[in-house]
Amino acid sequence: MFSVLRDLIRYNREFTIGVVLVGLVVVFSCLSFFSPVDPTAVYRVAPDQPPNLTYIFGTNSRGQDMFWQLTFAFRNTLSFGLTVAILSRIISIVIGLAAGYLGGWVDRALMFFNDIFVAIPIFPILILFYFVMKTNANGFVLAMLMACFGWPYDARLIRSVALGLRFREFSRQAVFAGMSPIKIMLEEHLPYVMPIIFATFMANMIWSIGLEVTLAVLGFTNLNIPTVGTTLYWANNHSALVVGTWWWIAIPVAIVVILFVGLFLLAVSLNEYIDPRSRLRRMGA
Amino acid sequence: MKAYLLFALKRFVQFVFVVLFGCSIAFFVAHLSPISPVDTIIMQVTGRSASSPDAIKALRAALTEEFGLDVPLWQQYLNFMLRLFRFDFGPSLIAFPTPAINLVMLALPWTVGLLTTAVVITWVLGNVAGGLAGYFQNSRLLKAFGIIAIGIQPIPYYIVAFLMVIIFGFLWPVLPISGGFAMNVRPGWSWEFALSVVHYAILPASALVIVGIGTWFLGMRALVSNIVTEDYVTYAELAGVRQGRIVGSYVIRNALVPQLTSLAMALGGIFSGTVITEQVFTYPGLGSLLVRAVNGGDSAVVLAISCISIMSVAGAIFIIDLIHPLIDPRVRAE
Amino acid sequence: MADILTVDHLRAYYLMNYFGVNREVRAVDDISLSIARNEVYGIAGESSSGKTSLIKVLAAAIRPPLKVVGGSATYHFKTGDIDVTSADAEAIEAVRWRNLSYIMQGSMSVLNPLRKVGRIFEDFASRPLGLSGSAFRQRVVGHLERLKLSPQVLNAFPHELSGGMRQRVTIGLATVCNPEFVIADEPTTALDVVVQKDVLGLIKDLQRDMGSSIVFVTHDMAVHANIADRIGIIYAGRLVEEAPTRTLFTAPKHPYTAHLVASLPRIGDTTERPALEGRPPNLANPPAGCRFHPRCPLAIDKCKTDVPPLETVAPGQRSACWRWRDVEPLAGGRHRAMELSK
Repeated sequence: MFSVLRDLIRYNREFTIGVVLVGLVVVFSCLSFFSPVDPTAVYRVAPDQPPNLTYIFGTNSRGQDMFWQLTFAFRNTLSFGLTVAILSRIISIVIGLAAGYLGGWVDRALMFFNDIFVAIPIFPILILFYFVMKTNANGFVLAMLMACFGWPYDARLIRSVALGLRFREFSRQAVFAGMSPIKIMLEEHLPYVMPIIFATFMANMIWSIGLEVTLAVLGFTNLNIPTVGTTLYWANNHSALVVGTWWWIAIPVAIVVILFVGLFLLAVSLNEYIDPRSRLRRMGA
Repeated sequence: MKAYLLFALKRFVQFVFVVLFGCSIAFFVAHLSPISPVDTIIMQVTGRSASSPDAIKALRAALTEEFGLDVPLWQQYLNFMLRLFRFDFGPSLIAFPTPAINLVMLALPWTVGLLTTAVVITWVLGNVAGGLAGYFQNSRLLKAFGIIAIGIQPIPYYIVAFLMVIIFGFLWPVLPISGGFAMNVRPGWSWEFALSVVHYAILPASALVIVGIGTWFLGMRALVSNIVTEDYVTYAELAGVRQGRIVGSYVIRNALVPQLTSLAMALGGIFSGTVITEQVFTYPGLGSLLVRAVNGGDSAVVLAISCISIMSVAGAIFIIDLIHPLIDPRVRAE
Repeated sequence: MADILTVDHLRAYYLMNYFGVNREVRAVDDISLSIARNEVYGIAGESSSGKTSLIKVLAAAIRPPLKVVGGSATYHFKTGDIDVTSADAEAIEAVRWRNLSYIMQGSMSVLNPLRKVGRIFEDFASRPLGLSGSAFRQRVVGHLERLKLSPQVLNAFPHELSGGMRQRVTIGLATVCNPEFVIADEPTTALDVVVQKDVLGLIKDLQRDMGSSIVFVTHDMAVHANIADRIGIIYAGRLVEEAPTRTLFTAPKHPYTAHLVASLPRIGDTTERPALEGRPPNLANPPAGCRFHPRCPLAIDKCKTDVPPLETVAPGQRSACWRWRDVEPLAGGRHRAMELSK
């Protein structure tokens, strides 16, 4: 497994760049654990200072040091993204494997269910949710809700892989040898499914963070918890562009874009790695 | 023909299920609200002037009946479902007593128009460009396009829209960044109005296109790279079939079929993106209405928008499902 | 000239560089042969023997990572000579389908599933024939008749036809322009024996009518016995024996051929047949000397170091073996397969 990672880093440029970019952001957000300031406090330092030596990312109109603010913001946003991605992976693996492996009416029922979820546009539901919860909306419940909508595509993908595996010879041999279905699923099939899970994990993180940022910017989440979205919300609220505190917006946007591009490159390079035909093509060129 | 009708029927049943299920979810989420619309109105009324307690009581009773809150939850649900078929969501709050559905119907055409235009442009352009990139893998121009697409693709709708507002609103104000049409133009069936609509739609549509085109480009490129290795393409190349014919009828045409299915799957997300973009550009569609409704505590309108959104998206998916057998003869046979 | 194809010391390798590892797979390693006009030449060999790569070169389908590193393959068509290893794209396009065509393996997937058969014919054959419209259609319908296919086929989609019909359509597609040279790459491999017999008969009739030469690739020796005039045996990227069909089956002069021929079952024969030891060599790292020596029952020290040249050992028969004189047909006697042939 590590030799695979090492090969990928050494020879796949996209993967390397992706690792570097995401790594930068993760390191940045981990700095929040060493922060000397309380992220929810306001008007602690001189407001509207452009980036200089004392305040590397400047300060905002609420009198907060942008650097430490953003470390917390990214930590919260990343953890949110991770939570949603993990939860929705669990759901999609369970449903995908069950549908592909058990087949029959279970498969049909699950896919019917799946199609229903695909058709429902999530944004109105999320707004509705916020509308109902107002300031009681905490991150975890929101994450659960989003996880409930983030599984359909990937469940279908896993299902088709499971369907293919079920009819492969080594599966039949395992059944013949008396392996229990759970054991087969975990030991024989999961290794095939894992690469897809990793790749979709990244894509899911991009999606969930994007949605969270959007909701927060519109003011539809708990505004006291610093996240990337709420930072942008407050920037808007204080008319950052008009006042001239452009760093309040530009820096978080820049870091978010770095994060997204990094995640995306990871997902794309993993996808390409999994597909044997693209590997053959790389051999020729 | 009979098989097609059966197929259409099956899909229609699925469509109905989706709508019912989705709207039910919306209903239950809405009724978790601790905010009662009756209380909100009462607060507004009493806040403005003094009133006698009896009048307040009568108002409350009338409002409760109007909003259908005087019956237990399951009965409310039943009423909701029945009224759903008549598209009756009760009165709105932000424009009381205009029915919520009226507000939604005013905003819906703007959203549908914007979305349809943007989707058609992104899907067609993205797929053609991606198809060419997948076939002519050594073209520098297409490779460059690919890198740009990778860079832009993961950025969420909001940020792109926001950046465009900054660029075109403050740095280079050549296009209007808010509204659906110029303020001095009267809405109606006139060239002036139509041109104004198009003029104001350029920025929001471009935001949608920029965000969306990357996905289709990359997806199509990957798809085409696989199709190019298929036997029938190799055979056609071996036989010296004209390259234009191969790229058009053997590669891209075959890749469009799964891309159409992907479109159906992506519509929910694209719809959300449109709503978000509208809000940024204050475009008079469902997005702006939604934000106004949420900020005004108007559950009827929010519920109405949710349900209409679900119906629209499910409806669009249904239409795409119906088109599918027409373009793929293999499905027809089933 | 009597020959229509001259292959001269052809070498084609797969050159790959992946994750820092350089690999050179010597799929076609110094093959020389010639094919006469109006002749059916069979190419036999196991999978990964290099025969598919040879065919790709002959069909001018050379694409990375496959690369011709030496030698040539020259066709002598009525319209002129052309060396497919070095000719430019335009010249190759001019002969494609008109003089040189290809029947591909797997009738299931060679036809575009979204295109009607009639349109596929147009795509492939309209340009080489220089016909269009009703004249073209007439020509195609006439050709289909020879294949016992009704004109209705032109209006159908590929998945609406049966496997056998599809195979006949593919053969028709390849032969409608009356090409001088046809490459048939395992056209009967995926078919059951009854359909196989039909298809083989069809190919034989067409060949006789058109007077074209056919290179017929398959690993099935029974099919070769049925249809080939001469057979070339390929092992590990090299041509190890070449002889007229009858001679190859009754008097093979290479140990590998002897084994291949002996593997055909005969009714009534219950003798045990020993399997060849070992496995086909890795073409990225082939054995030194004669590539067959690790598995050869007649191997001597010389075979491990010196590559045996392909020499004429009898009229019309060539063999690449140091001990060709000692090769005995392993199962002895005549073969039932020979009784099936023309």
